[in-house]
Amino acid sequence: MTAVVALIVLLPFAAAVAGLLATRLGTRDVRAEDVRTRGVGARDARTADVGARAERAAYRRAAWFAIVPGTVSAALTVWLAAALARGTPATDGRFWAELLPGRTEGTLTVVETGSVPISLTLRADGLSVLAGILVVVVALAVQVYSVGYMRDEPRYPSYSAFVSLFTSAMLLVVYAGDLIVLYAGWEIMGLCSYLLIGHWWEDRANSRAAVKAFLVTRLGDVGFLFGIFVLGLSAGSFRIDDVLRADLPRGTLVAATLLLLAGVAGKSAQVPLQTWLPDAMAGPTPISALIHAATMVAAGIFVVARLYPAFLAAPPTLDVLGVVAAVGMLGAALAALAQDDLKRVLAYSTISQLAYMAAALAAGSDRAAMFHLVSHGAFKALLFLCAGLVIHHVGSNLISHMGGLRTALPVTFWTMTIGFAALAGLPPASGFFSKDAVLSAVEHGTGPAQPLVYASALLTVGVTGAYAARAWLRTFFGPARIEPLPEPPPGVAHVFDGREAPPSMLWPAGVLAVPALLLGLAGWAAGVQVEWGPAAASLAVALLGAGIVYALWRAAPEQDPARLLGPFRAPCERAFYVDAAYAALVTRPVLRLARGVVRTDARVVDGAVRGSGRATLGLSGLVRLAQNGNAQLYVTGLLAGLVLIAVAAVVLT
Amino acid sequence: MHVVYPVVVSALLFSIGVYGVLARRNAILVLMSVELMLNAVNLNLVAFDVWLGDRLHGGQVLTLFVIVIAAAEVGLGLAIVLAVFRTRRTVDVDRLRALAEVVRTPEPGRPDGEGAS
Repeated sequence: MTAVVALIVLLPFAAAVAGLLATRLGTRDVRAEDVRTRGVGARDARTADVGARAERAAYRRAAWFAIVPGTVSAALTVWLAAALARGTPATDGRFWAELLPGRTEGTLTVVETGSVPISLTLRADGLSVLAGILVVVVALAVQVYSVGYMRDEPRYPSYSAFVSLFTSAMLLVVYAGDLIVLYAGWEIMGLCSYLLIGHWWEDRANSRAAVKAFLVTRLGDVGFLFGIFVLGLSAGSFRIDDVLRADLPRGTLVAATLLLLAGVAGKSAQVPLQTWLPDAMAGPTPISALIHAATMVAAGIFVVARLYPAFLAAPPTLDVLGVVAAVGMLGAALAALAQDDLKRVLAYSTISQLAYMAAALAAGSDRAAMFHLVSHGAFKALLFLCAGLVIHHVGSNLISHMGGLRTALPVTFWTMTIGFAALAGLPPASGFFSKDAVLSAVEHGTGPAQPLVYASALLTVGVTGAYAARAWLRTFFGPARIEPLPEPPPGVAHVFDGREAPPSMLWPAGVLAVPALLLGLAGWAAGVQVEWGPAAASLAVALLGAGIVYALWRAAPEQDPARLLGPFRAPCERAFYVDAAYAALVTRPVLRLARGVVRTDARVVDGAVRGSGRATLGLSGLVRLAQNGNAQLYVTGLLAGLVLIAVAAVVLT
Repeated sequence: MHVVYPVVVSALLFSIGVYGVLARRNAILVLMSVELMLNAVNLNLVAFDVWLGDRLHGGQVLTLFVIVIAAAEVGLGLAIVLAVFRTRRTVDVDRLRALAEVVRTPEPGRPDGEGAS
C-alpha cells in the first residue's frame, strides 16, 4: 500500500519533469528539418507557420502531461481511501479513527546524519487521505480549467509543470511520515508559489508580489525549521510517530509549537504574516484557486492537525493561536468587505476562513478544523474558478466593472451562487455544516482567550454574510457595467469575447460545485454533530449581515454597499494599514540598512582593495628609484644583504 | 707556517677585490678586481689544502680549475669591454645605465595611472 502512496506523490512530480523537459522535445527538430529541406528562400513564411504549429503541439502535449498523471493520482487516492476504510481500527482514538481506521507506513531508507537520523518515510492514515483527496481533486480541476484559461499563453508548458510540481510537493507534505520530508515538500511549495505568482513577470508588480510572498513565508519557515529541530532533537527522531509518542517536557513542547506556529502563520497567511496573500492574487486565477485558497494555505492548518497531540500538550501555544485567529478572522473579513478587486475579496475571505480553522484548532477540535478545511477547499476553489470565469468574460478584476452578469453567464452564476452560499454558511451548502462545527467547537473551548475568539467568530459570521452578499450582488445583479476596455497589456487580463468560457473551464467549476454543495451533508451523515440552536443563531447573524447589504444595495444599485462602513471604509480597504506599517517598520529600515551596506561595501571594502593596490604602486615607486642602471649599486645591495644574513646567522645561532 | 697568515692575506686580497668591484669606475679595473677576488680564493684553497693535508689534494686541483675559468672569464670580459667601448666610446661603469628603468609618463586623457604599469 505504501507503493501506492509513493506513486500518488511521484506521478505529479514525473508530470512536472516531463512538462519542463519534454513538451518541446520533438517540435524544435521539426522546425530545423523544415528549414533544411526547403532551403533558405521559403524560410520566413514557413517558419512562422511551423512555429505556430509547434506552439500548438507543445501546448497540447503539456496539457496531456498535466492532466493524465493527475487523474491517475486522484484514482489511486480514492483507492487508498477505500483500502484505509477497510483497515483495522487504531487505538489512538483520533477523530478519523471511525471513518478511515487503517494506516500504512513505509520507509525507503534512513539517512544517518551523525546525530538524529532522517528517515525517508511516507505514511497514509485518515488525516492524510482526507487532505490528499482535497489536493488531488482541486489540482485536477485546476489543471483542466487552466487548459482553457491559459489557451493563448506561450509559457503554458512551464506553468502546468509548476502546477504539477506544486501538487506533488503538497502531496509530499500530506503523506510525509518524517518531519524533514514534510519540510522538503513545504519548501518546494513555497518555491512553486513564488514561480506561479510571478508567472506574468513582465509586469513589475507581479514579480514584486512573488518576491513578497516568498520572503514573508520564508520568514515563517525559519521558525518552522527550528521548531522541527527542537521537536526532533528532544525526541531523538524526526519520525512523526516517534515525536508524538515521545514524552517531552512541557517547556520544550511550548517552545517547539510556538516556533512551528510561526511557519503555520506564514504558510496559512495568519496574523501577523498575512500580508502576502492578497498580493499573491497577481498570479493567474487558477493559481489563486489552487494555491492560495485550497491547498498551500491549508498546509499550515494541516500540519497543526498532524502534530495535534503536541499542540494539545502546550496550552499556551493554543492560546496564542486563538488570539491570532480571533484578530485575523474579523480583520480579514472587514477588509474583504471593502475591497473592489474580486480576487482580493476572495483572498481576504481566505485569510478569514483559515482563521476559523485555526480557532477550531485552538479550541481543541481538530475534527472541526479539518472538516472546515476540506469544505473550504472545495468551495473556495470553486469561487476562485468562477471568479476566473467572470474575469475572463469582463476583462477586469474590479467589481465596479462588473454587474448584471446573471444572464450572460448562467452557469457561472449558479456555481458561484453555490460557492457564496457555502462561504456565508447558508444551508444546505457545505459551509453551513463545517462552520457550525467550528463555532460549536469554539463555544465549548477552554482557555483564557475563548470569549474573545467566540465573540470574534460570531461577528465574523455576520461580516462574512455581508461581503459574500456584496460580491454576489455587485457581480451578477444590477445594471450591466461592461464597457469596452483598452487593449490590456500582455498577460494581465483577457480580451472580451462576449461568450461564456469554453467547456474545459466550465466543467471543473461545475464539478467542484457538487462537493461545495453536498460535502457538509456528507460530513453530517458521517457523524459530525450539528447543534441546531447555535447553528440557527449563526445563520441568523449571517442573514442579518447579508440583509443589511441587500437593503443598502436595493436602495442604490449603482453604489457600493461597502459605504455602510462609513469613515471606517478607508482603513478596511487598506487592510488596516498593516502593509504601510510593515513598510515603515521593516521594509524601509531594511532597505536603508541595505543601502548602507552597499555604501560600506563600495567605500570601505572596495576602498581597502583599491587602496592596497594604490599603496603597493606608491611603495614600489620608491623601490624603483633603486633601479638606476648602475650595476655596482646592485652588487653593493647584494653584498649588503649577504653580510646581513651572515651576521644574523652568527648572532642568532 | 701557521695557516692564519695566508688566510689573512687572502682576506685582505678579497676585500681589496670587493672594494674594486664596487667602487672603481673603469670596467677594466673592475675586471682586475674580480681577478683579485678569485686569486684570494685560490690562495685560500691552497693554504687549506696544505693545512688539512688532504691526500687527494682537492684544493690544488680546484685552484687549477679556478685559474682556467678565470682566464676564460677575463677573455670574455675584455671582449665585452671592447664591444662596449666600440659602441659607447667609454668604459666608465657609472655611465652605462642601459639597465635603468625607463620612467613612462601617463598618457594625456587618462584619468590616472590605473592600468598603465
